[in-house]
Amino acid sequence: MSLFQSMYRHRWLYVMMLPSLAYYLVYKYAPMAGLVIAFKDYNLFDGLWNSPWVGLKHFRDVFSNREFAVLLRNTLLISTYKIVFGMLPDLALAVLINEVRLAWYRKTVQTIVYFPYFLSWVIVYGILLMFLTPDNGLINQLLQQFGLKPISFLTSNDWFRSVLVVSEIWKDIGVGSVIYLAAMAGIDPQLYEAAEMDGAGRWKQIWHITLPGVRNVFVLLLILKLGHILDAGFAQIYVLYNSLVYETADIIDTWVFRRGLEQMQYSYATAVGLFKSVVGFVMVVIANQVAKKFGDNGIW
Amino acid sequence: MSAIARKTKMNKLEDAFIYAILGAIAFTALFPLVYVFIVSITPLSEVARNGGYTVFPGKVTFDAYATVFKSPLVPQALKVTVFVTVVGTLANLLFTALLAYPVSKKSLPFRNGILLFLVFTLLFNGGLIPTYLVVHATGLVNTLGALIVPSLISTFYLLIMKTFFENFPEELIEAARVDGMGEFRLLFQIILPLSKPVVATLGLFYGVAHWNEFFAGIIYINDPELMPLQVVLRNILVGSTISGDLQTLNPQLMAELPGETIKMALVVVSVLPVLFVYPFLQKYMTQGMMLGAIKG
Repeated sequence: MSLFQSMYRHRWLYVMMLPSLAYYLVYKYAPMAGLVIAFKDYNLFDGLWNSPWVGLKHFRDVFSNREFAVLLRNTLLISTYKIVFGMLPDLALAVLINEVRLAWYRKTVQTIVYFPYFLSWVIVYGILLMFLTPDNGLINQLLQQFGLKPISFLTSNDWFRSVLVVSEIWKDIGVGSVIYLAAMAGIDPQLYEAAEMDGAGRWKQIWHITLPGVRNVFVLLLILKLGHILDAGFAQIYVLYNSLVYETADIIDTWVFRRGLEQMQYSYATAVGLFKSVVGFVMVVIANQVAKKFGDNGIW
Repeated sequence: MSAIARKTKMNKLEDAFIYAILGAIAFTALFPLVYVFIVSITPLSEVARNGGYTVFPGKVTFDAYATVFKSPLVPQALKVTVFVTVVGTLANLLFTALLAYPVSKKSLPFRNGILLFLVFTLLFNGGLIPTYLVVHATGLVNTLGALIVPSLISTFYLLIMKTFFENFPEELIEAARVDGMGEFRLLFQIILPLSKPVVATLGLFYGVAHWNEFFAGIIYINDPELMPLQVVLRNILVGSTISGDLQTLNPQLMAELPGETIKMALVVVSVLPVLFVYPFLQKYMTQGMMLGAIKG
């Protein structure tokens, strides 16, 4: 059958796709074309076509700006902390859950532990307020009972990044453990049987069978997270932060948001956004390639 | 291989230890919300008596909930969010299915090109500002459409649905074709009714995303009448909006309910629907994550 005949045969399928494809064109691809305003001095008056062209001016401004160095530092640090401190709890929880033999207990724990994932960060912010505010927060009440001074966690540059990391662990640990549990379910039972016959106890079995069995998944996730290292969690940070912690918590995305939308410096903010998108794209592509290579050489 | 199938002779003490740690972790996951609920029913008298909020107040009151529903902002925000969640989710499912089904047909010419077109958006996007400008140009700023249209299709969920359709039994489709059924009827009368798991899973995920939607509200909406629940909630948490409202409504009530009690009541109200939906969500979630994980 020729190409045209095949297309004719499927003509209704093409019709079916039209509205959705139009959506992609307008709301996903048109903005990509709009990135061109990073090279112009865009203003609403002149619109896209008539705004003056300034080439790389905004990019030069951005990179020579001390502020940008701070943003980059914060973004990279926060992402790195989240990766370093966030991946192990997920894995540890999966290992523990995997060891439970009472089905009802396992299901109950999982049900409870998955729930925080579905809360919005605004809700989590409300919760954090009741724990971390200096006058009323439960944590501070406990501190004071031990004779320590209250700490304003949410407004302190010393503590805010920790708040970010810990609250994200709290929210995501349940769902984060699911992927490891799925991998663990696929481990060959004979490996455990053989180990047991060799006299290996529980912890030896975990160390020599369970953990290696999820090593590929762990590395894969690590690589993917590194690919997104410039993201750092905009939704969380925007909801939780305030001007007092800009110095340690302002990331590229939050800055673009303020400068671009609130202060309407469209072109300048878009230039920064473009830089981030391009670097992010390159990193994710590299990460995917590395992940594929690793997967091929692995046992999986 | 889970521990249930393993026959190793386990040390009872170790078991207890592991179960205890898991219990502690589950407690840590649950307790913050329970505490928030406790705060939401603690009257001023208890706060004054104990010098702050405690886990076990002597007296409780549900007045804060009445207050929350009487405040001018909240009922409107609830209406907006319920509307956007219901209409938005239906739109999500419709447009996702309309695209996932054709693209699941391996014989469709240019299928790979179209898939590339779709998947590319996972790797690169125009960013915040250009997207805002497009939404502005399409006249959706400050309308409920801005909460529904820009996020109409999630490529990730689209791929999950496509995979599901790819595994749909050919015989049923063939049988319908022999009867002369067109593609649209085929999709709506045969395939979708038999695709309940994936429709339910995606419906729940899209739905929860709408309920929790915060950013689209902040970026695109200025009219207070159109602000979704999470935006109103955040404004109240951060500022003193609720006090201002209350002064005009019922100064005496205000005297009996500290600000945090009211704020936490609103937090609880915002969480309830997610709580209701959660058992269903959890049932389908592991399936969805597995499919997605394979894709990734």
